[in-house]
Amino acid sequence: MEKTYYNPKDLKKFGNVSDFQKELGDKFFDYYNTVFADSALSAKEKSLIALAVAHAVQCPYCIDAYTEESLEKGFSEEQMMEAVHVATAIRGGASLVHGVQMMNKVDKLSM
Amino acid sequence: MKSLIAQSHSLSDPDVQLDIINNHNEKIKSLARFEQKLDEIDLFPLKPTGIEIFQINVGYMCNMTCKHCHVDAGPDRKEIMTRETLELCLDALNHEQITTVDLTGGAPEMNPHFRWFVDEVSKLGKHIIVRSNLTILDTRKFEDLPQFMADRGVEITCSLPFYSKRRTDTQRGEGTYDKSMKVLKILNEIGYGKDENLQLNLVYNPVGAFLPPDQESLQEDYKERLWNDHGIVFNELYTITNLPISRYLNFLLMSDNLEEYMEKLITSFNPGAAQGVMCRNTISIGWDGTLYDCDFNQMLKMQTNHGSPDHIKDWDLERLNNREIMVNQHCFGCTAGAGSSCGGAVT
Repeated sequence: MEKTYYNPKDLKKFGNVSDFQKELGDKFFDYYNTVFADSALSAKEKSLIALAVAHAVQCPYCIDAYTEESLEKGFSEEQMMEAVHVATAIRGGASLVHGVQMMNKVDKLSM
Repeated sequence: MKSLIAQSHSLSDPDVQLDIINNHNEKIKSLARFEQKLDEIDLFPLKPTGIEIFQINVGYMCNMTCKHCHVDAGPDRKEIMTRETLELCLDALNHEQITTVDLTGGAPEMNPHFRWFVDEVSKLGKHIIVRSNLTILDTRKFEDLPQFMADRGVEITCSLPFYSKRRTDTQRGEGTYDKSMKVLKILNEIGYGKDENLQLNLVYNPVGAFLPPDQESLQEDYKERLWNDHGIVFNELYTITNLPISRYLNFLLMSDNLEEYMEKLITSFNPGAAQGVMCRNTISIGWDGTLYDCDFNQMLKMQTNHGSPDHIKDWDLERLNNREIMVNQHCFGCTAGAGSSCGGAVT
């Protein structure tokens, strides 16, 4: 048993989740592979979206995987960091927009 | 930065390099062997399809010392092909089966017999490719070379590891990007990349431990960025995978990326790419006239073997056409993903 919660080498074991529940695991990976295939959005575009989402959900495995994937899809460092800023802006904005709720409540409670 | 050999670095020894990519640790030892992967697709022993490209490494001297260089080239390398050896090359390549003469180095322009040799090959009607680092053409001694090469219809294939300054300068040294842009503009001015007889191709290689992007897609990005940012045009972009030898191997070891990189190359083995590896239609000639299956084998001193001639003085096209190609674990670099060759992806 690892003494830390995250081990980079565990990413390669991701497929092992099917060992405990094959049907759902297989369905997930089939779905996953379909999601990332070239379609209305290119696989390249999807890799950058995945990089941004990986930061939003703060998944270290996903950040490792989609940093490498983004480099292999030809994105520059600047483009990758801008994608992270998009995630950051949405996360920050998601908090800040609730400030309106706070203001509404202040209005309601105030004389 | 000094070359590995000038540093007396252990990795300047080809035997040490081969030992590392075969036996570095238990994980590396457990990886599939290249011969085995070829055997599974009935390609072992690997045989040529016929020598069409005569690639001459005219010397390891270079004005640059790039971090990934598989040649370990640099200003401190003194190995240069002599005129006598170049004359032997002229005799050998004077055959209709050989259509292309590919000049590489180091900086091939730094060979003192470069102009004479290009003239002689040109007279034979062969297509000539010069692999240029671009920055050498920004020096007074060589600034007239672009026109010299244009006058002889020489194809220029040059290194530009990325369209951004940051990544290019990281790999090739501070100031490389700006000099490269300056020289590309000069090449465009004399017709390179515009005139159909003056081919100007760029070479991308990853600045790190990852595989190249899709060649076609990246070419679109390069064309858009170089045109929008600098007004530069070119013909083709070639994506080339870094092979785990020499300075790049040193990087993999120092950054603790060797195992994962080797594993990635092997899991990305593409039988289609294996069919089209460049050693099947290329012969590589070292600065001292020794024959190799490719420039990477040259750097590992894995000369042509299995009874075929191994020196230009013993040139025998028929026997070399039927040789067995020498392979080892580094060859996985040419068969990963879309494949890799001096002309870019192979699938």
